[in-house]
Amino acid sequence: MFELLIKMAAIILSVSILISTYRVFKGPTMPDRVIALDIIGINIIALVGVVSVWLSTQAFLEVILLIGILAFIGTISFSKFIERGVVIERKRD
Amino acid sequence: MSILHLVVLAPFIFAIFVPFLHKYLRHIHTGWFVFIVPVLLFSYLVQFIQPVMNGQHIHKVLPWMPSIGVSFNVYVDGLGLLFSLLITGIGALVVLYSIYYLSKEKEALNSFYVYLLMFMGAMLGVVLSDNLIVLYVFWELTSLASFLLIAYWYHREKSRYGAQKSMLITVSGGFAMLAGFVSLYLITDTFSIREIIAQAPDITGHALFLPAMLLILAGAFTKSAQFPFHIWLPDAMEAPTPVSAYLHSATMVKAGIYLVARMTPIFSGQAEWFWIISLFGIVTLFWGSFSAVKQTDLKSILAFSTVSQLGMIMCLLGLGSAAVHFGYEEGSFYSVAVVAAVFHLINHATFKGSLFMVVGIVDHETGTRDIRKLGGLMTLMPITFTLAVIGAFSMAGLPPFNGFLSKEMFFTGVLNASTLDIFNMETWTYLFPVLAWIASVFTFIYSMVLVFRTFTGQFQPEKLETKPHEAPLGMLIPPVILASLVLIIGFFPNLLSKSIIEPATASILPTLLGPENSYFKVDIYFWHGFNAELFMTMGVIGVGTLMFIGLHRWSGVYDLFPKRLALNHFYDQGLVQLERLSEKVTRIHMTGFIRDYLVYIFAFFILLLLGSLYTFNAFTYDFEHTADIGIFEVILSLVMVAGALGVVFARKRITAIISIGVVGYVLALFFVVFRAPDLALTQLVVETVSVALFLLCFYHLPVLKVEKNTVPFKLTNLIISVGVGLTVTLIALSANATRLFEPISEYFIEASYKEAGGKNMVNVILVDFRGFDTLLEILVLGIAALGVYTLVKLRLARRDEA
Repeated sequence: MFELLIKMAAIILSVSILISTYRVFKGPTMPDRVIALDIIGINIIALVGVVSVWLSTQAFLEVILLIGILAFIGTISFSKFIERGVVIERKRD
Repeated sequence: MSILHLVVLAPFIFAIFVPFLHKYLRHIHTGWFVFIVPVLLFSYLVQFIQPVMNGQHIHKVLPWMPSIGVSFNVYVDGLGLLFSLLITGIGALVVLYSIYYLSKEKEALNSFYVYLLMFMGAMLGVVLSDNLIVLYVFWELTSLASFLLIAYWYHREKSRYGAQKSMLITVSGGFAMLAGFVSLYLITDTFSIREIIAQAPDITGHALFLPAMLLILAGAFTKSAQFPFHIWLPDAMEAPTPVSAYLHSATMVKAGIYLVARMTPIFSGQAEWFWIISLFGIVTLFWGSFSAVKQTDLKSILAFSTVSQLGMIMCLLGLGSAAVHFGYEEGSFYSVAVVAAVFHLINHATFKGSLFMVVGIVDHETGTRDIRKLGGLMTLMPITFTLAVIGAFSMAGLPPFNGFLSKEMFFTGVLNASTLDIFNMETWTYLFPVLAWIASVFTFIYSMVLVFRTFTGQFQPEKLETKPHEAPLGMLIPPVILASLVLIIGFFPNLLSKSIIEPATASILPTLLGPENSYFKVDIYFWHGFNAELFMTMGVIGVGTLMFIGLHRWSGVYDLFPKRLALNHFYDQGLVQLERLSEKVTRIHMTGFIRDYLVYIFAFFILLLLGSLYTFNAFTYDFEHTADIGIFEVILSLVMVAGALGVVFARKRITAIISIGVVGYVLALFFVVFRAPDLALTQLVVETVSVALFLLCFYHLPVLKVEKNTVPFKLTNLIISVGVGLTVTLIALSANATRLFEPISEYFIEASYKEAGGKNMVNVILVDFRGFDTLLEILVLGIAALGVYTLVKLRLARRDEA
């Protein structure tokens, strides 16, 4: 029963990743794509968590943290890129 | 190391000192010091005549590279002694002549004598070494020295052209010869000529026997200027005249003759050997003498005459090889051709050497070698005229000079050949005598042209650059010696027959000698009675005289011969076309586009790997070891495939970059599913960074050239990419199916905590069990970082602008 639930959760998460991927490709504007990527990142975090439970291991907890950081940084830099045109501004001197 | 080895090496050793002698003893002509070397060597070699006459052979061993069977063995028998006497004897005369020919002040004497000594040593090495590889080394040294000597006046374009031509032709021949030698080694397992000859009867059936023969003959024919490789010799006449006299008449061009003579005991008795040598020889004889008549330059006449005489010697060697088919009794009837070849070899060296020196004197004293400007020099240069008459009449085969004797023997040889009943000879019976006779007529004509156009007729002082007068005494001594040899051999030919010719013939035809007759009985007489040969000579003289007198009436026949069919034209066009063709081929495949090179690389990848999978029948599949496939992996795979397709079919670059990111993250998920947490961590970070870098590149694409097109479709690319994918998949499947032994991972599982004190096995392997790889990968990253920094910061090209 438990295993079935886990599997269901994993499948549902995968399907939601697929749907978000569609948005990444289709998404008429740039922000649509960035948001979709962020969603994918969060879903992957959840998926890794589910998989860790499934495999009953603690080895992937760092992965979850890392994806969280990366998704955050990625979304921030994309946003800045869309807003300002550059990611890292040069010093003004 | 014996004294005989020193004989070969002495010229090389002395050559080292020549530049110093030239530099510090400037007031003495350097040639005088060099003159000592050939004189000493000649007088040393003369003492071997006695033992060689008695059938003794001197063999001295000096290991050079014993592990591969190469040793510098010096072997003196009749043939080697004859050649080494020629080389040192004529070498001494040529050095003496060059002392008066080359000016002490104007010429670079140091390089001249270094090259000449190098040539002399190399030539002695060719004729005295018993080892094929050593022979080849010296052979190439003669080519090199000849190249340097032809281009002695390197500021002239024609000299450089002639040097390049001779180099290309002789070195390609030499290379073929090396291949032949190696084939002989493969057959007999030895490089020693003695041992190969000892095995000669057993090797004729070997598959490499015929290729070896042809390749060695290619070397001999190119070196000895046989048709159609003779074209380099007339162009080599741009060399200084002493060089022409020494290299291109007396010694180097006879290296091929030597090789054929030396190889006769191995290959003779084969129909191919007989036919190739005889036919090439007779054609060269005819073509050389025919072409010599139309030349207007004295040295060109002599060059073509050399070609023709070499053809004659070669033809005689070929005809003489038939004697091997018969025993001693009947064989001696045919072996007269070999005796004639050896005899004419000596005669040709004497009269051709003197004729070249005569031409050099004429050139030196009048400033031209063009027979259209010369004439009437007889009274001005009486000694030179006498020498020219002796040399030219001997060349034409007139009595009482030595050329007459060898020409008679030549006729005997070709007449005997027409009675041969082996090698399908009977159908070609009259080919040899007829061609030989016609060639002799032409020989007679150009010999007469040489003498009478230069020394008789109208004296034309207005066309000459300097006022002609008789040459200095020193310049006359060497041709006088050679011309008196012509006369001495002419009158007393049997001086040579016992001492030189018989041992030389014995080493060319060793199988004909039994225990009771250890040498050939050679008797050369002027008078044989009224026989066919004498009538042939009389015919030559009669027809030749008539044709010489009427030369202007029929010389138009040479204009009929189209220039485009000339062999030089073929050579020149061949070089040009070769260059053009290779350039074209290079241009076709070296397009400068990386995509084309990638196509080549991947096409060969597919061809080689799929080809070997197919030929070795190596494709196997076996699903016994595969794990079960869960629904989760299937979904991930589908996402990954979708991402990959997204890269390929993306309409915009940004889509492609994001799709690559998708592929990378899914890969990280795969690492998660397949229980590789460290890999997953790294993969996520690296993927993020590289996607960011891609975005950076995308942003910096130049504004004007932005192409937001789809990838253009190309069928080749599709085929190749599908092929690569298929190949890799097939190989992966086969590799997975073939498990030859257990993996070693069990050891790491056991040992990582016990031996290394770590529970994370991946990290223990990275820094402990296999720390070296990690170290170097750190190095790679360091280099990459420094490289990026340098590329960004270092802008040498724009420094000037800034």
